[in-house]
Amino acid sequence: MPTQPESNSILEKLREFNSAAVEDTQLFRGEVTIHIPPHHLRRVCEFLRDTPELSLKYLSDLTAIDRYPNEPRFEVVYHLHSLESFQRLRLKVRLPGDDPKVESVVTVWPGANAFEREVFDLFGIRFEGHPYLRRILMPEDWEGHPLRKDYPTEGFR
Amino acid sequence: MPITLEKIPGQEEKVILSMGPQHPATHGVLRLVLELEGETVVRALYDIGYLHTGFEKSFEKLTYHQDITLTDRMDYLAPLSNNLGFCLAVEKLIGLEIPPRAQWIRVLLTELTRIQSHLVWLGSHAIDLGAMSMFLYCFREREEILHIFEMVSGQRMMTSFFRVGGLALEPPPGWLKRVEKVVQQLPARIEEYETLLTKNPIWLRRTVGIGKISAEDAVALSLSGPSLRASGVKWDIRKSEPYSSYEKFDFEIPTRPDGDVYARYMVRVEEMRQSLRIVRQAMEGLPEGPVRAKAPHFVLPEREEMKTSIEALIYHFKIVTEGFCPPVGEVYQTIESPRGELGFYMVSDGSPRPFRCHVRAPSFANMQTLPKVIVGHMIADVVAVIASLDPILGEVDR
Repeated sequence: MPTQPESNSILEKLREFNSAAVEDTQLFRGEVTIHIPPHHLRRVCEFLRDTPELSLKYLSDLTAIDRYPNEPRFEVVYHLHSLESFQRLRLKVRLPGDDPKVESVVTVWPGANAFEREVFDLFGIRFEGHPYLRRILMPEDWEGHPLRKDYPTEGFR
Repeated sequence: MPITLEKIPGQEEKVILSMGPQHPATHGVLRLVLELEGETVVRALYDIGYLHTGFEKSFEKLTYHQDITLTDRMDYLAPLSNNLGFCLAVEKLIGLEIPPRAQWIRVLLTELTRIQSHLVWLGSHAIDLGAMSMFLYCFREREEILHIFEMVSGQRMMTSFFRVGGLALEPPPGWLKRVEKVVQQLPARIEEYETLLTKNPIWLRRTVGIGKISAEDAVALSLSGPSLRASGVKWDIRKSEPYSSYEKFDFEIPTRPDGDVYARYMVRVEEMRQSLRIVRQAMEGLPEGPVRAKAPHFVLPEREEMKTSIEALIYHFKIVTEGFCPPVGEVYQTIESPRGELGFYMVSDGSPRPFRCHVRAPSFANMQTLPKVIVGHMIADVVAVIASLDPILGEVDR
């Protein structure tokens, strides 16, 4: 079962920066997850990227989870990596099922562009401030978002 | 309405060229939208999704054991790397220890996969730029490696040979002889490729200074693998976060500072040599022992055991019919695939099927570099840049 991380340099730094930005933390198999309130996301990301001791300059992955029918329904997941200390960190943002939207991090990591488009395409989560938020894998005129849990795998149409 | 470049207001209209999706030099079904001035690219956009098959949705419908066969089909040039990434992720979720022999065979086979994948890349890269004979040589050597895969797993390409907890089978006797043959043959062959290309003036004019990307831009755009190392970033997951006992092997990480098509070529060729070094070490030091972990709740029992033990038979029946249930939790496991950081983000809710399995496909992320670096180059160079990033469209679209 996931537990609480005891002491973690990233977590301490982040609490120092803004204690309201850390909603919840988890430790499982040596991987640290930090939950962040959606409105703090971009500032936290900039802090993590620019602080010299952390330098989480590499966005490994960005994806989402659908917890339907639970609320808050969506979780957007960010996997960050440092190419100096080879540390990894997972950030999570919880979003409601009704009109899910979150700030885009393309300005922080340009590499988030395609990942955010993929999440928008397959989960229907809007990224505010994204330069080109269009479907990327499904056809332009597709209806629905296939990776949502209430989207059937068969018997549709 | 297909994706196209929108007109910039107040600017005179330029030629818009749609390149692909049916185009031999796009390595699959990649479509590029290019805005041209004469023959020079001014703006570019990529359009993907033609091979989208919904693997991530299928993962949620099948059990962990069944999912392994899906992973082969994503990066179809490196099936064993994908098997490995998936199995490591599930093993991390469970907290399973893998016997050393299985780990070493995994290393040996994934390194052969890397060589094989780089051979296809080299052959098709060269044929894109007009060096026809390279393609034939590279495929000749690749076939040798595919024979090993066939001997070991019964399949040339869609191997599904790695299983949660180890390997599907103990490889048949005599397989190491075949590996040895490849290991002895290949260094001379790689020399041969280099004599054909490395100092070839036509090759140099087509690759040096083309598609340059700086280290900062590459990191910001989440580029990974040999393409990133060709920009001077010394980062290889086999060294930085060793998995499957890579820490016990001695090898170098080749890097080049230039970040152009030629640098990416040089890095990959050197990587083939390093992979051969690893294969040689794995072959010489291959430990004896079982190839599957002893964890009856998660790993299929041995055939022989099933004939004599009722418990083994029950566990076998349960794993095959119901699947096994990892604990609740989530992990992100990365490996260095031939194309870069291959990540499996696995979320378990305690049921026999993954609650969510996301694949961080290296080609998908690397593709973002393409429209940035081809601006200012000729159409013919676009072909060289695509090949140098080595995208596999099955993995891009998943």
